[in-house]
Amino acid sequence: MFSTLDFDVIRRSWGYLFYEGMTFTLTLTALSALGGLIFGTLIALMRLSGYRLLGRIAGLYVDFMRSLPLVLVIFWFYFLVPYIGQWLTGASRPIRVGAFSSSLITFIMFEAAYFSEIMRAGIQSISRGQPAAASALGLTYAQSMRYVVLPQAFRNMLPVLLTQTIVLFQDTSLVYVLSITDFLGAASKVAQRDGRLVEMYLFAALVYFVISCVASYGVRRLQARISIVR
Amino acid sequence: MNYNWNWNIFFQPNPMGTGTYLDMLLSGLALTIKTALLAWIIALVFGSIIGVLRTLPSRAASWIGFAYVEFFRNMPLLVQLFLWFFVLPELLPRAAGLWLKQLPNAPFWTAAIGVGLFMSARVAVQLAAGVSSLPRGQKQAATALGLTTVQSYRYVLLPMAYRIILPPLTSEFLNTIKNTAVAITIGLLELTGQARAMQEFSFQVFEAFTAATVMYLLINIVVVTAMRFLERWVAISGYISGK
Amino acid sequence: MIEISHVDKWYGPNFQALKDCTTSVAKGEVVVVCGPSGSGKSTLIKCVNALEPIQGGEIILDGIKVNDPKTNLPKLRSRVGMVFQHFELFPHLKIIDNLCLAQEKVLNRSHDKAVEKGKALLERVGLTVHANKYPAELSGGQQQRVAIARALAMDPIAMLFDEPTSALDPEMISEVLDVMVDLARDGMTMMVVTHEMGFARKVAHRVIFMDQGEIVEDANKDDFFGKPRSERAQKFLSKILSH
Repeated sequence: MFSTLDFDVIRRSWGYLFYEGMTFTLTLTALSALGGLIFGTLIALMRLSGYRLLGRIAGLYVDFMRSLPLVLVIFWFYFLVPYIGQWLTGASRPIRVGAFSSSLITFIMFEAAYFSEIMRAGIQSISRGQPAAASALGLTYAQSMRYVVLPQAFRNMLPVLLTQTIVLFQDTSLVYVLSITDFLGAASKVAQRDGRLVEMYLFAALVYFVISCVASYGVRRLQARISIVR
Repeated sequence: MNYNWNWNIFFQPNPMGTGTYLDMLLSGLALTIKTALLAWIIALVFGSIIGVLRTLPSRAASWIGFAYVEFFRNMPLLVQLFLWFFVLPELLPRAAGLWLKQLPNAPFWTAAIGVGLFMSARVAVQLAAGVSSLPRGQKQAATALGLTTVQSYRYVLLPMAYRIILPPLTSEFLNTIKNTAVAITIGLLELTGQARAMQEFSFQVFEAFTAATVMYLLINIVVVTAMRFLERWVAISGYISGK
Repeated sequence: MIEISHVDKWYGPNFQALKDCTTSVAKGEVVVVCGPSGSGKSTLIKCVNALEPIQGGEIILDGIKVNDPKTNLPKLRSRVGMVFQHFELFPHLKIIDNLCLAQEKVLNRSHDKAVEKGKALLERVGLTVHANKYPAELSGGQQQRVAIARALAMDPIAMLFDEPTSALDPEMISEVLDVMVDLARDGMTMMVVTHEMGFARKVAHRVIFMDQGEIVEDANKDDFFGKPRSERAQKFLSKILSH
């Protein structure tokens, strides 16, 4: 069975897999996590702002995004972004958007919904005495959020945020549906070209597995350390 | 925005000869629901077994539970579907592999089983958390009455644990439905797949995706409402969860 | 009836919870176990029906060795009633079903017979009207009386009480103690971990005092309350009787 397999194909395509594919995957993961966190925090602040309308808009956005399959959202943005770009720039035709930018916008918008729920839980977990104490010291609402509440919420939620980032790392593989050369896309292209589906998909699975395992082990260690400090 | 909207497209015949474009989307919706239901049954059965294993005092049992969960949680669902669909038939003995490849509806079965196993790891984590959230005295009281371990789980621990984790199970069920869309990559023409196909045939991108989006939103509303009823139905009078 | 000889119990390699404990409870005898918190008294009573395993010595219950791997523990446990500090009624079952579960699943009694027995016992503890309520709808004192009835439903040869009143509000303590006094006067063999010295004075035959995992004093009631021999027991008594 294994005698007919040719694992040398991995060595031959190493550079393509990692320098092109994995670089794309990791960059997309990191930037999406960062953007998702920033937008997610803004959405969470909107929901908790006390302004009815603002809160409702944010809530609807989150519920809407969380109701849809990521694959569908990827298609949506892939086709929608050129039109939005045209509208924004006033161009006469839908603008061309690269694979990377399109994916990045998709994942930031999608993950913002999930990160916002985490940050919302984090902000709500801070005791009410904290913002009260901050206001008593004369800090404005924005200052008390910026210097007192958000840093604590972020630190408390760090393990959950990182776990969500691991999920995001795995989810970026779905850009496969746009034939983009992320890590899985690269593996798949080699697999098709050389007719080595078994070898390439097993290898891709192994790589994702090892990275995710190591990362989630790190998160567990971090969690243990945080819970000791508390 | 110079896009030619054409909402009448839904009532025009699709090129497959299976009725209108709307029929095409509806058949996708039906397949999404069918796949998700089968996957959910698999997720509940395997997730419950593994979840219970994780709570047993036996080292071996909890290690098996841990390994199972890590295995299914640390690979992208898409990659798992590829493993079941492309790789497994090649690694099996020739006859079995051939049988698998010629299976009618292979994408459907692969999607249901693949998504089901993927979700079972998450159900297992929830169930284990539910069981361990029960007071330790409950297991002891059941044991002291002479119930065996199996009986303690069957009559005392699991009925409470399932009630406690009903809200997170609702979101896991919704995730199961959403995750069936990943099976578009192995050629399953579920709702997202049909919307994509409609876009390719008709070039009416936004109508196709809007329709699919509305259908997903409807599924969500139906499931959430149904689960609320279920929660109320199994609620125990006087008991406030988390107490 | 209960023979405890030279029992050692460890939690991990560094903490010895029980040190060479030896005592016994004869048929029809009521033995009160007291001592400061962390003295091992709850641990000792949980070893009697093997809710906690022991590492040394032996415990013999009605002629059967508890710490023998060949012993059918569920069967043995079903013959000893146990009442817990936090009641541990099963929250998802009605009161009557709490009483019937083990009768049906462990003793294989018919449902009708179990209900009949359960109702008779509810009457005995004065809770007949609550048969169809859920545990969370009852007060703590009522729940504990149900828990006693649940244990009695198994027709136990002995009853173990693990601090049955210490989770109760003060005004509910007496209703539970009254039931226990009745039980003692009917000749039930009882081993009771409690700080209720009034109860001990009223019905106990012997009092065991434990400290730091050791049985420090094991004396007749009158001797114990008259003049404890050990300084530790004297100190303990003066502390809990001083107000």
